[in-house]
Amino acid sequence: MADLLFEIGLEEMPARMIAAAQAELLRRTLALLGAERLLPAGFDPLTDAESFSTPRRLAVRVRGVLARQQDVSEEVVGPAVKIAYKDGAATPAAEAFARKSGVAVADLKTVTTPKGEYLAATSVKTGRGAAEVIAELLPKELAAIYWAKTMYWRAGKPERFVRPVLWMLCLLGENVVPVSFGGRTAAPATLGHRVLSSGEEFEVVAPETYEAQLEGEYVLVDVEARRQIIRKALDHVTREVPGARWREDEALVDQVTHLTEWPTVLRGGFEAEYLALPEEVLVTVMRDHQKYFAVEDAAGKLAPHFLAVLNISTDEHSAGIIRQGNERVLRARFNDARFFWEFDQRVSLTERVKLLENVTFQKDLGSYAAKSERVRVLAAKLAEVANGRGAGLDAAAVDDAARLAKTDLTTELVKEFTELQGVIGGLYARSQGVSATVCDAIYDQYLPASASDRLPRSVEGALLGLADRMDTIAGMFGLGMEPTGSKDPFALRRAANAVVRILAESGLPLGLNDLMVATGAGSVVEKKVLAFFGERVEFYLRENRGQAYDVVKAVMSPGWDDVRDVAVRSEAVSEVRGGADFIAISAAFKRIKNILQQAATKNEVMPTAVSDTLLVQAEERELAMRSAVVSGEAEDLRRAGNYRSALQAIASLRPQVDGFFETVMVMAPEAELRGNRLALLMRIAADFSRIADFSEIVTAG
Amino acid sequence: MSESGKKKALTFQEMLFVLQRFWAERGCVLQQPYDVEVGAGTMSPDTFLRVLGPKPIRIAYAQPSRRPADGRYGENPNRLFRHTQLQVILKPPPERVQDVYLESLVALGIDLREHDIKFEEDNWEWPVGGAWGVGWQVMLDGQEITQFTYFQQCGGMDLDPISGEITYGLERIAQFLQDVDSIYDIVWARDPVTGEAMTYGDVRLEEEQQFSAYSFDYADVSSLWKHLELYEAECLGLLAQAKVVMGAEAPAEVTVKRFPTLGAYELALKCSHVFNLLDARGAISVTERVGVMARIRTLIVGVAKVYAEQQVAVAGASA
Repeated sequence: MADLLFEIGLEEMPARMIAAAQAELLRRTLALLGAERLLPAGFDPLTDAESFSTPRRLAVRVRGVLARQQDVSEEVVGPAVKIAYKDGAATPAAEAFARKSGVAVADLKTVTTPKGEYLAATSVKTGRGAAEVIAELLPKELAAIYWAKTMYWRAGKPERFVRPVLWMLCLLGENVVPVSFGGRTAAPATLGHRVLSSGEEFEVVAPETYEAQLEGEYVLVDVEARRQIIRKALDHVTREVPGARWREDEALVDQVTHLTEWPTVLRGGFEAEYLALPEEVLVTVMRDHQKYFAVEDAAGKLAPHFLAVLNISTDEHSAGIIRQGNERVLRARFNDARFFWEFDQRVSLTERVKLLENVTFQKDLGSYAAKSERVRVLAAKLAEVANGRGAGLDAAAVDDAARLAKTDLTTELVKEFTELQGVIGGLYARSQGVSATVCDAIYDQYLPASASDRLPRSVEGALLGLADRMDTIAGMFGLGMEPTGSKDPFALRRAANAVVRILAESGLPLGLNDLMVATGAGSVVEKKVLAFFGERVEFYLRENRGQAYDVVKAVMSPGWDDVRDVAVRSEAVSEVRGGADFIAISAAFKRIKNILQQAATKNEVMPTAVSDTLLVQAEERELAMRSAVVSGEAEDLRRAGNYRSALQAIASLRPQVDGFFETVMVMAPEAELRGNRLALLMRIAADFSRIADFSEIVTAG
Repeated sequence: MSESGKKKALTFQEMLFVLQRFWAERGCVLQQPYDVEVGAGTMSPDTFLRVLGPKPIRIAYAQPSRRPADGRYGENPNRLFRHTQLQVILKPPPERVQDVYLESLVALGIDLREHDIKFEEDNWEWPVGGAWGVGWQVMLDGQEITQFTYFQQCGGMDLDPISGEITYGLERIAQFLQDVDSIYDIVWARDPVTGEAMTYGDVRLEEEQQFSAYSFDYADVSSLWKHLELYEAECLGLLAQAKVVMGAEAPAEVTVKRFPTLGAYELALKCSHVFNLLDARGAISVTERVGVMARIRTLIVGVAKVYAEQQVAVAGASA
């Protein structure tokens, strides 16, 4: 047994791809070793395998890899005995089989099979050495790693990979495994930090010294250790400013972790005069364009500092140089932003409405001016419906916001910082004296941008967001540009996810059907859009609400127009689904559904009402009576929105349901009795499926 | 950086000398800037056409690059109508080409141990040229100073061998080396006798002011459209003739060799520049934009295809 260490050195990989590739390399290496019987008994991937990465390398280490595969003996069946022997002597068929199996004719055995007697041989497959197996198979695993974008680099284009391979290191214990890939063959050597190390290849003594030796050459290969060092250094450097805190930004910490081999943190500053610019703009420049962390003071206000994560160690002299460089770049970017901020304000948003005629929304759907007009109409209709239900929306503010919402697309600042669309519009509106309600609605119109993002602050903003997205979705579907498979170039799924979340969580009293009607789309488009939304509602319940597949299916069945309601129902079903009575009822409903389906395929005649006189057995009378009572109770509770109690009431029907199925034969020979029993089941299925279709619930066993 | 440090920093023209000498010593042919307007060094035929086909090449040249919409009348300290790129094409790229690149920074006087250098993913794409590649932006103390690209496709054709392209943003590097906030304060040259500085502003400000005004305010839109149509028509005419010449049963070698594909390419580049002017002038609506770009793509990709064919035909004839 020996430890396996493999490292592939590359020209800098894209930071966004490293984590997944690191995990995949580990997964593939373990799968290879497992399939090739090279992992020891009791191997635990959590403790016996590790993976590492930096921008320039991916590595794995597996403990206790077997030196060679065990020999495997396997019984091979050959020709029939009557063909293999003639008059007691072996025929060429027997000799050929013995040769093929690597045994003497005398060692062949006879086995009895259902087809008669056959020759058999125990052939021993000699296990191969681990190094040989790894050298042969690991290159295939490397080639199969998924990258979002790959390249050719060698003449003749023999392989695609994320970036050119610079070196490989592969040790099994202290021996080199000559893995070849991308024009390189593994050696026992690796390279350190681009600048801080000597730049010469150096030998890794053994798999277990890997991290320590690399650390000696200024490379921290352990990603989590790097992340912690960065976090600590951010804290440490921020402490130099009394009362200050760095703005937590997990995504940015992750990004800089994958951009550095030897991270250090440097604090720089900028002139306080730039703080007059909106924080949103300053933070975007720092985070998105410079990968700097923003710093805030004790009151949570942005402070004139930034934190840069470097990939080098510094002394006072070099820190000064690097600080000055970064400060100059930031100053230039802030200057640009300030120039745009002031320049844009020369033309008010109201004046910009006209300019939207020159900005195309989509070739066949016209300009953003046309879109804005459509959104205004749509938003007005929705506001009226919602206000009719007591929403108390400021309809005039919604209209103003819809009119101005897209005007920031004509500003230089949004052309420069597209990620700030909406936000910039809201900020300009505020500085131009537009009412706070309108400003906030414009500012928040693209929220939520992701599943974890916040919702618009106001119902007006929520309504604007709904109207804007519904216009896009209905328009695109109208042109036949709906998403297919993994293709969704206009991000309609994301738009629909946001619609569903707003409906479920904003408190606006609107259903999907209200939105559809307001778009005025034709029935063909409406049908397609609603089906598309069905998937999005299911996605929302599963991903945002954490509901199980079967619960989602069950609660979607009675309808999902009211997204808030379907979410509440799913939670009630999840709460009670574990109860014994509920499980039994679910199983019974599955049975009822099957019976009714079979009856339908046989064209059974089913009366619309249950006849009491045809209920001949005590158990069916009992069920009919009790279910009628429970149905009334459950329906009252359901109407009151008390789904949990309603479900419990339904579950209380279990004794009668069980009794019915134990003693009553539904498909009785007498047509009248049969029809009446089917009618009873039908009534029960209809009465009790208004919260969820229980037959969809998966019950164990 | 101290005052004495500033004096030691290379002037703009010294920087160019150093980089050109550096790459010449590594086997690059030094070419002069291409004399037709281009938006980037990539569009010079020394890059765009030479990366096609199997013939290896190492070439370097400074390329003034015009981007009319980026003009700011000389008032913005960081944006230019015309900036200067130093373009290096290595076909095929040598082993450990990043290390060679880093040596060129050292040659400029940059002590790598005193700076923060990162290679961050940045993929390049020029849809109009049917061209793309993967690579990095090289960040030096937070400033992007170089674009590094491994070309994968050009003119819609897969490249084999591929080329490595290194594009230095000379103004940015000069700002960095000389530690100046405004491009116009870059020391372009120093009088060897008096030590007096000639700044970037002294040399180029007038050009920025006037060409910004031309691109944004004066350029005659209807003339520009006419130019575009004339250049386009002539280019298409040449492409049509190319089909006849290359498609002939047994074309005379000299006819093939002399067919002016390079002339057709210049006409296509003219179209691209006129398009940029129209765009800066605000004369192209978003709807028209896609259509005009598709027209120019037809020219540029068409030229690339003819050029590749011609190279094969000429190589075949001389073999």
